[in-house]
Amino acid sequence: MSDRLPPLDPNKKLDVAALLDGLDTYRPRRSAWHWREQVPGQRLYEFTYHETSKGLKHSVPLPAAHYFENIDPQPDCVITTEIASGRPEDDIRRMRMAAWHGADHMMVIRTAGQSHMDGLLEGTPEGVGGIAITRKQLRLTRRALDLIEDEVGRLINFHSYVSGVAGPEMAVMFAEEGVNGAHQDPQYNILYRNINMYRSFVDAAVAKHVMASVGMLQIDGAHNANATAVKAWKVMPELLVQHAINCAFSEAVGMPKESIALSTVPPDAAPAPCMRMDLPYAIALRDLFGQYKMRAQQNTRYMESEGRDATVSHVMNLMISRLTSADIQSTITPDEGRNVPWHYNNVAAVNTAKQSLVGMDGLREMVKIDRENPELKSRIRELKERAVLFLEAMIADGGYFAGVEDAYFVDSGEYPETNDDGIARCSDGGVAVDTIVPRADDYLAPVCHHFGVNHLPEGVVNACTLIGGCTLCDDTKVPYADELDPEDNVNTRLAATAEQRERDLITPEVEWAGDGMVAVTMFLPASERVAEAAALEIGRAMNLIDPEVIHRQVMHPAEGTLVEIKGRLDVAIDPTTLVIPEPPEVLTDEEIREFVHARELRVVAATVGADEHSVGMREIIDIKHGGLEKWGFGITYLGTSVPIEKLLDAAIEHAASAVLISTIITHGDMHRDNMEKLADLAAEKGVRDKLLLIAGGTQVTDEQACGWGMDAGFGRRTKGIDVASFIVKTMRERGL
Amino acid sequence: MAREDTFRDAREHLQGLSDEALEARFWELSQQCVDPLVELARTHTSPSIERSVLMRMGIDSRTCMAVVGECEKRGLLGHGAGHVLLVCMQAWSCDARTAAAKLATGEGWETPAAKWGGAR
Repeated sequence: MSDRLPPLDPNKKLDVAALLDGLDTYRPRRSAWHWREQVPGQRLYEFTYHETSKGLKHSVPLPAAHYFENIDPQPDCVITTEIASGRPEDDIRRMRMAAWHGADHMMVIRTAGQSHMDGLLEGTPEGVGGIAITRKQLRLTRRALDLIEDEVGRLINFHSYVSGVAGPEMAVMFAEEGVNGAHQDPQYNILYRNINMYRSFVDAAVAKHVMASVGMLQIDGAHNANATAVKAWKVMPELLVQHAINCAFSEAVGMPKESIALSTVPPDAAPAPCMRMDLPYAIALRDLFGQYKMRAQQNTRYMESEGRDATVSHVMNLMISRLTSADIQSTITPDEGRNVPWHYNNVAAVNTAKQSLVGMDGLREMVKIDRENPELKSRIRELKERAVLFLEAMIADGGYFAGVEDAYFVDSGEYPETNDDGIARCSDGGVAVDTIVPRADDYLAPVCHHFGVNHLPEGVVNACTLIGGCTLCDDTKVPYADELDPEDNVNTRLAATAEQRERDLITPEVEWAGDGMVAVTMFLPASERVAEAAALEIGRAMNLIDPEVIHRQVMHPAEGTLVEIKGRLDVAIDPTTLVIPEPPEVLTDEEIREFVHARELRVVAATVGADEHSVGMREIIDIKHGGLEKWGFGITYLGTSVPIEKLLDAAIEHAASAVLISTIITHGDMHRDNMEKLADLAAEKGVRDKLLLIAGGTQVTDEQACGWGMDAGFGRRTKGIDVASFIVKTMRERGL
Repeated sequence: MAREDTFRDAREHLQGLSDEALEARFWELSQQCVDPLVELARTHTSPSIERSVLMRMGIDSRTCMAVVGECEKRGLLGHGAGHVLLVCMQAWSCDARTAAAKLATGEGWETPAAKWGGAR
């Protein structure tokens, strides 16, 4: 049981070996889906939020949070991250990182080909583009998530796929193992996996019924039509139809509306005027499906290899979520257009969602959709009418199965327009054809939550009383299988990296422990093809093994190209050999105040050179920001773009103990010139020994500043306490 | 067959519907599409469904695979693999796992054959 394992220590890595130990007796603590706890009008720092939920116990806030007392507001909707490392032992490490950034829906992608397997897999074989979903993998993951959700202080939804040929078995295993959500849509099987259409629907009914029995959330597969379509903006009427078929079918087989979520994507991307095209669709969808949940997915159809481009598309998708609605905000990693997602890109995608949703908090109260706008109004109506025409025609042609045979779906024409290029499937073909059989007059299934004809003996209400309890009623009956493959399993993989863990060696990684993968970004003054070849050669010169170009972008056909490459580095750093400078120690408030008062210390401060930025300096000196004034320093602030001479004259006039300058880093080395000039002039005027010269700025480093004659340099994230401590300590040391 | 966008003509009969009536029509048609699919599912079963029944009876995946494979071979799937197992449990006075383990090895099939005959 997970309660045998100690709680996670934020400063220690997940103990994969401990998690693997005792999985045979591990039982999940819940199976139903969890929605975030809403906190209307939440106050955090100086702000009031209108669309946020309960905060986390442990988290990594957004980069700018240190300006706002490190608040980390959590949006109202569940945030999904898609996990596809291919190895369960690495998946869970990535989940922990994503959870700390705000993901509470771990969608585990299955390995290629599992949907065609008529039966279940066991053990922990390595997957391709995803993972082999097995009982052991589910238990390991759920057990790790128990610990992770306790660590962050929010329940985490675990999700995978109840599609493919073995849907009913997957559904039972998921229900038994505490999986909280799953994709289930028979249309996905038929259209994209070419699984026989009859088999798909017959299986789906049982799978959905079992999912409903434990409160699992279902997500449909309609977004795939968007990802597959030749012209994604043409499939909108069909998307409405696909959603409706899965929703109506799910309800008919016993799934409550609140457990049914639509997987919906804004279909288009710039350079199309995508928001004007996608907003009417998003509204038509929510008009028709208002009683169901919305899982807002991000666009993958037009995703290329540039992370910036993908992120901008996704922010526009998020704006549509905020202007309409989303119960779950799914994320796509910005590197999905170039490779299987890397650890830090899961985090990047989660942060894109969190940042955008929090930034647009309450926006819809001020920015309202103009439903009377003629273009919007007529387009919403048109989409609904086109969907109705699609349904009418399909029924007239013989119904759903006939429609699929006639290639109604994923056609590049906007219905009723067709280009005769839809996906056609034969009712007497596909994977697992001819495998369904009619239930006989005495058909019996002595288990609970079974959909369909079931001839229970008279007087029997709960089917499983016939066998003394089924696994859905009696948890102790759930069987467990360990590894079947002696080679391809988690133990052999962990053994290969054992030394790394034992000695705490550090190797770069993006997917798996010790994979050694790094990415290098470079601008090369060469045309695209030449730059690519040169980049690979540079990669080899950097000792990268198997370098590969993952992104290129022309800056100018002749002037140059941006290239990103990846490659493996055969390196393992022993942290005990590293020389790590100690972080500067700060003094207590009392100590500083006493020292400052006793000497009535004064400092003179200014922004120098042609720099009009004063925010950073004010943070260091103003009492309001916890600056030097707080401890009684007398401050003479001279303003921005102050000449060095004037600054030194003021320091002498006020008998200051320190001079603070703030500077931006310039290409022309202005920052260097200013620091050197300050040091030289102070020496010339004979005050260098009496004055501490301190330079600050977002990109200033202590090492550089000291090299240019300063006593100290302070960079980004410096607080008043750091500077105050430095002044007091140095003056003490020098006996000033 | 490719077809031009005939929306303007095709929509004529929908033009007069209010938004509410149009949405109601959408759902009525969706239900109409789905009804025969639900009926097919209600009255049919599949190897995966039957394995899912055995799983719920506490049987491990490999044994489920073997027993359902035997049921298919012998034309018994339509009676329910769980039903077959139940009949054997009762006849042999044993629990589900014991009965399934025996059936998985290809033994004991005379018991269901005695009830349903016609082992193919």
